[in-house]
Amino acid sequence: MKGYLLRRFIGMVSVLLALSLVVYAIFYIAPSNPAQLACGLKCSPAQVAQVRQRLGLDAPVYLQYARFLEGIFVGRDFSTGTGVMHCNAPCLGISYRTGEQVTSMLATRLPVTASLALGAMVAWLLLGVGTGLVSALRRGRFTERALTTLTLAGNSLPVFIIGLLLLIVFCSVLQWLPFPTYVGLSQDPQQWFWGLLLPWTTLALYESAKYARLTRASMLETLAEDHIRTFRAYGVGERHLITRHALRGALTSVIALSAIDLGTMFGGAVLTESLFGLPGIGRLLVYSVQIVDLPVVVGVTLVTGVFVVFANAVADVLYAVADRRVVLT
Amino acid sequence: MSAQPQAEPLVEVSGLTVEFPVGDGVVKAVDGLDFTLGAGQALGIVGESGSGKSATAFSLLGMHRGTGARIGGSVRVAGVDPRTAEGDELTRLRGGLAAMVFQDPLSALDPYYAIGDQIAEVYRVHTKATRRAARARAVQALDRVGIPDAARRSRSRPHEFSGGMRQRALIAMALVCEPRLIIADEPTTALDVTVQAQILDLLHEVRTENGTGLILVTHDLGVIAGSVDDVLVMKDGRAVERGTVAEVLGAPRERYTRALVDAVPRVDAAPPPRAAPGREVLLEADGLRHTFGRRGAAVTAVDDVSLTVGRGETIGIVGESGSGKTTLGRMLVRLVEPSAGRIRYEGREIGRLREKELRPLRRELQMVFQDPVSSLNPRRSIGESIADPLRAAGERDEKRIAARVGELLERVGLDPDWYHRYPHEFSGGQRQRVGIARALAPGPKLIVCDEPVSALDVTTQSHVVELLGELQRDLGLSLVFIAHDLAVVRQVSDRVAVMRAGRIVEEGTADQVYGAPQHPYTKGLLAAVPVLDPEESAARRESRLASA
Amino acid sequence: MSTQDLLTGGTPAIAGASPAAGPRQVWRRLRSQRAALAGAIVIALLVVVAVAAPLLTALEGQDPNTYHDSLVNSATGGVPIGSFGGVSAQHWLGVEPGTGRDLFARLVYGAQISLLVAVGATLVEVAVGVGVGLAAGLGNRLLDQLLSRTTDVMLALPWLLFAIALIAIVPPGFPRPLLLMLAIGLLGWGGISRIVRAQTLTLKELDYVAAARLGGSGPWRIARRELLPTLTAPVVTYAALLLPANVVGEASMSFLGVGVQPPTSSWGQMLSSATTWFREDPTYVLLPSGLIFVTVLAFTVLGDGIRTALDPRAASRLRVGTGRKREAQS
Repeated sequence: MKGYLLRRFIGMVSVLLALSLVVYAIFYIAPSNPAQLACGLKCSPAQVAQVRQRLGLDAPVYLQYARFLEGIFVGRDFSTGTGVMHCNAPCLGISYRTGEQVTSMLATRLPVTASLALGAMVAWLLLGVGTGLVSALRRGRFTERALTTLTLAGNSLPVFIIGLLLLIVFCSVLQWLPFPTYVGLSQDPQQWFWGLLLPWTTLALYESAKYARLTRASMLETLAEDHIRTFRAYGVGERHLITRHALRGALTSVIALSAIDLGTMFGGAVLTESLFGLPGIGRLLVYSVQIVDLPVVVGVTLVTGVFVVFANAVADVLYAVADRRVVLT
Repeated sequence: MSAQPQAEPLVEVSGLTVEFPVGDGVVKAVDGLDFTLGAGQALGIVGESGSGKSATAFSLLGMHRGTGARIGGSVRVAGVDPRTAEGDELTRLRGGLAAMVFQDPLSALDPYYAIGDQIAEVYRVHTKATRRAARARAVQALDRVGIPDAARRSRSRPHEFSGGMRQRALIAMALVCEPRLIIADEPTTALDVTVQAQILDLLHEVRTENGTGLILVTHDLGVIAGSVDDVLVMKDGRAVERGTVAEVLGAPRERYTRALVDAVPRVDAAPPPRAAPGREVLLEADGLRHTFGRRGAAVTAVDDVSLTVGRGETIGIVGESGSGKTTLGRMLVRLVEPSAGRIRYEGREIGRLREKELRPLRRELQMVFQDPVSSLNPRRSIGESIADPLRAAGERDEKRIAARVGELLERVGLDPDWYHRYPHEFSGGQRQRVGIARALAPGPKLIVCDEPVSALDVTTQSHVVELLGELQRDLGLSLVFIAHDLAVVRQVSDRVAVMRAGRIVEEGTADQVYGAPQHPYTKGLLAAVPVLDPEESAARRESRLASA
Repeated sequence: MSTQDLLTGGTPAIAGASPAAGPRQVWRRLRSQRAALAGAIVIALLVVVAVAAPLLTALEGQDPNTYHDSLVNSATGGVPIGSFGGVSAQHWLGVEPGTGRDLFARLVYGAQISLLVAVGATLVEVAVGVGVGLAAGLGNRLLDQLLSRTTDVMLALPWLLFAIALIAIVPPGFPRPLLLMLAIGLLGWGGISRIVRAQTLTLKELDYVAAARLGGSGPWRIARRELLPTLTAPVVTYAALLLPANVVGEASMSFLGVGVQPPTSSWGQMLSSATTWFREDPTYVLLPSGLIFVTVLAFTVLGDGIRTALDPRAASRLRVGTGRKREAQS
């Protein structure tokens, strides 16, 4: 087990290094003129040249990448033209537009995205696994068909349409809720909850379709296996078979998938954040893309990569621990 | 247990029918079957695949309920009707009165739970015992079936057990509620012959000690000889013949039973004398070795094997699963590259040739595979599959190809007009014939047959073996015949090599190896082979138990 | 990863056991499923609408880009005048709030973008996925390792975030629909590649491939005769599942404002501006939402049908509902 974890960790780090290289290459080397992008369209060639020098874009490519990595691990200095600005490790660069450190921009947004993702996960697990369980228990009957249809519909609706429909119903027609605005948990927990209620519901409705499908599919898969027949032949009741034997197999996949989804969502639930105006990481990305703020784009991309790769590793380990048939290599 | 009148039989089945709806119609799996089983008696139900024997066994526990199958006639197991029993009575029937031992012990257990917990779960369903008491009972049952260090091993999950141990665990599960009847559905089919003997001995021991009734369902006549009192032979859902085991196996009355008994290959009967092959060497393997995996996890499947195959000779390779016989066979035709050692074909070293250099030689070294399903491409007609080697060799004349394929089909006993049929339209035996035709197509000098008949019913088996022997004689082929079944190998082989753990432990003419085995492993293998004579079978069991 | 497999309906059609299915049989099985047939009809209709967009708008007498200031109430910030978002004989589905542009015209032109991008992206995914998967399955250990790890990463990365990020570095002049196809397609081939690799590895070990080698067939001949025919089914099945995902992909990016740019109309982009109008003009939200929903549902149902038709047994094991299955048989 220890060896497995170590190998998994090394693999994770190497994937991240490779990812950083690819991302760096795509965003800083592939564009014909990053200094032009940094400076803006109205800059004169002289200004662009100055920017290029200031950002160190005139150095050889490998040296630029080395400095970039150096910034992440030990921090680095940037000249601002008039003085020197120190960027603490982990330094992901400085915004071309605001001059703010990318790391701190991300840090202020992370709590929003985290609130959204964690709350939504609780909701979608309850909703999704519950639906899947019920439809497996009542398979072939009306309840199951109704749930199946709903799941299919949930799968066919993009998340922003679900959100818009919820907004129309709850904010416009019924007028039960005001248009959600985000308030930090530490500021006012009650406001925080009401502000996130609709975004949570939206994400949960969207994601739970997938989980219901997964739960049901893997439970039915298990129920068709030979060992279920064994227990049936020994007088074990149907309900017991489903809750003890079939659900056990399904939960492994559900937990592993939750870990992955949570990791992905930490990198920004872009659509939900944009729809509800939540100042999270996803919205930061969209905004930075629109104003071509490359360091922020790269920062978000890398941080997302870290979350995703880490979440996948966690999922693999969970899977391996839960299902001992998986050989740890 | 309620006091049943002694006169009432344990199992009473009359006019049993089992029908499965298929598409628009129904398939009758069992068609009017009657039998009874007295308390503590043992009945063997024998039949080939599709005879309805498993459907019969399942109906005793009412396992068809909720599957859409229709059961007719009357069934009573210890006074309970499995078709109508509900609630507690059904629970008591399943496991309390009658317990089932399934064929494949790996898939028959839940992979997520410890074996002891699974047995305890069954016990608790029946007795409402406390968790702790049930657990103790499970350990006791595991101990009873001969699992060493049962308390510790009960915490293992199924995949950590060997095949034989898992089958023991399943028997422990069957025993835990002390049922009056054990129904064993092909309990040893997935096991090696030595393990099979141990499991049969265990079932026998349990039966004699506890007075439990036994219904043993199997396709293998050898399995029942020493294990049951009465035999019921089934074919197409009906009883063909019934009687005591000595009567049915010793003097079968019905033609079908006789054919079945005759088709069982005998390990003790010398096959008809064969023309002595010349001693001209065709293929020579020297110090062959094959290693899978890398460094720490490396497994040596074949370890320093040397072998010669003479022109026109049949050499049999016998071994249990994992002995490396299949890998050896694949190396001989160079589907697998040896990790070390040499292969000389007609004096030429071929062990190191690369794929391109091998291609001209391919036509002379062919193979017949074990699984008649995966050895034919389901998306291509059998004619196309057989024609493939011809086309690959550059034949372009469609007329000549069709003629040659027709000829080959006829040669292996199939209709030459079946060129355009697809594999799923054929039975296992027919597909195996197609596989043989494909191997013959390029005009080989040597064919490696890897378990060519192990997936087939016993009557089909003997036909395919006959065909191979005939082809070998007529075409002067050299055959390497790989099998786990010692009797089948004896029927066809001039010489026999016994493999174990990647090595050949004994080699000699068939008469030497079978008549006077030298190596203890060979002796053990031969002693474990089931025999048809019940008395002989009992005697062998005695000697096995004595030597254990 | 078995989680992934369960979601995508499992690795379909393990070659050995599935019955031979000719194109005609597949077509017959597909036709016998009512839901799939309905899906196909809806999609055919959408294609016709998209292709005939100029004709249809001419019939209506409108075009998608003319502003009609007189049709919106400037006092309320631009709410369309009239019920249901300004529905009238001239404007069949009403007008856009704020600008007064004709909604029907914008919707049918939006269908063009939606279908074009979805199909284009799927083609890119299939091409790259099959190529990478085959290379990994047939190549040596090193190549396989490299390609498999890359595939894993591609599958793990949230493609939407990365597609958005990619938009940042593309010159503004680059044609947007093409850019969207490439951004979605080049990030989404992981699933196909993984399935193709897994199938290739399984197939490679099957006895009939060994038999073909013994028969003297070279690698190219084996790939063509023994592997590709069997790979077609899972690839088509998976591609059919990718189509609806890509419809949503395009809509999502346009919704975020990084998809097609104005004045080109797209359903997602309409929804993006609808977020500010959902109170005053719900019709403006419901029309594009409804179209996206119907399109995605039609593709999904058709994809399910194709899976059932190509591999009835695997599909019946893992399908979403049991109801449709029974319909299919009757």
